Amino acid sequence: MIIKDKVAGRRSQHEELNPWQDSELDEALTNFRLSVHAWSEAAFNRPRTAVAAVAPRRVWRLAAGWALGCVLIAGGASAGVWQHHQREMEMRSAAARAAEQERLVEQQKEQQAQQEDEDLLAKVDSDVSREVPVAMEPLVQLMVEDENP
Amino acid sequence: MAMAEENASEEFSAVVARHRPQIFRFLLSSTRDVDLAETLTQDCFLKAHRNWSSFRGESSAMTWLMRIAINLQKDHWRNRRMQFWRHTQSNAVALDEASEWLPSGERSVEQQLLAKERVGQVSKAVEKLSERQRTVFLLRYVEEAELSEIARATGLSEGTVKAHLSRAVARVRAELGGIR
Repeated sequence: MIIKDKVAGRRSQHEELNPWQDSELDEALTNFRLSVHAWSEAAFNRPRTAVAAVAPRRVWRLAAGWALGCVLIAGGASAGVWQHHQREMEMRSAAARAAEQERLVEQQKEQQAQQEDEDLLAKVDSDVSREVPVAMEPLVQLMVEDENP
Repeated sequence: MAMAEENASEEFSAVVARHRPQIFRFLLSSTRDVDLAETLTQDCFLKAHRNWSSFRGESSAMTWLMRIAINLQKDHWRNRRMQFWRHTQSNAVALDEASEWLPSGERSVEQQLLAKERVGQVSKAVEKLSERQRTVFLLRYVEEAELSEIARATGLSEGTVKAHLSRAVARVRAELGGIR
C-alpha cells in the first residue's frame, strides 16, 4: 500500500488498478521501492573523482610514454625502410656484376674463336706454301743444302 | 532585463537542487548503471536549462523534467540497439546487488533474506518488461507518481497507462510465483 495515499485517506489508484492485490505482493513492491531509494541515495552521495584532478606527474609520464612510443614506432619503421632500400641496392649491384662477368666471358670466347680462326688460316697458309710442284723439286733440294751445309 | 535573467537562473538552480535526486533515481532504476544515470541526469538538466524559458508551468517542473529524462533514456536505448557490439555494461549492477540495499528494518535474519529474494525477483521481472511498461511501473511503484502525472510525463493517455501498469504488475506477480 502506498503511504501517501493512505495518509490522504482515499482509496489508492493502485488498489483500484489491482483489486486482487495482496499483502505479499504489496510488501515485495514496497521493499523494491525502499531498496531502489537506498541504492540511489548511496550512489548519489558517493564521492566523485574529478577528471581535472589527475596529478601533473602522471600526465607528464603519460606524455613521455606516448612520445617514446612514437619515437620507437618511427625508428622501427625507418629502420625497416632503410634495410629494404639497402637490400634492393645490393641486389641491383649483384645483378650488374653478373651481367659484366657474363659480358667478359662472351668477349673472351669471341676472342678465342677469332684466335683459333687466325691460327687455322696461318697453318693453312704455311701448309700451302710448303707444297712445292715437282718441277721445282731440284731447287728446293739446293735450298735445303744451303740451309744445312 | 538582467534582473529577470538572474531570477530565472536562481529559479532554475532551485529546481535542480529539488528534483535532481529524484531524476537520478528514476534513471538509475531504469538503466541500472550509476555512471550512465549520472550522465543522463546531467543531460536532462542541461536540456532543461536550454529550454527553461519555454517552460510555461502547464505541468509541474518535476513532470516536465521527468518527460525529458524519459526521452533521453529512450534515445539511449535506441542508440544502444544500434551499437550491437557493445554487450558489456561495465558499471551495470547485477540483479541481486540492488536488493543488497534493502534496509534491514526490524526483521529477523530469515525475513531479511526472504525480503531480499523477493526484491531480486521484482528486479528481474522489471528488467524483462518492455521499455514503456518498465517506465510506467517505475514511475508508479518507485517514484509513487499519480496516474495523471505518469500520463503527462509519458505522453500517454491515462487509460493506456493503466493498461501498461496492469500488465507490468501481472508479470511481476508471475515472476514472484503467482503469490496471492
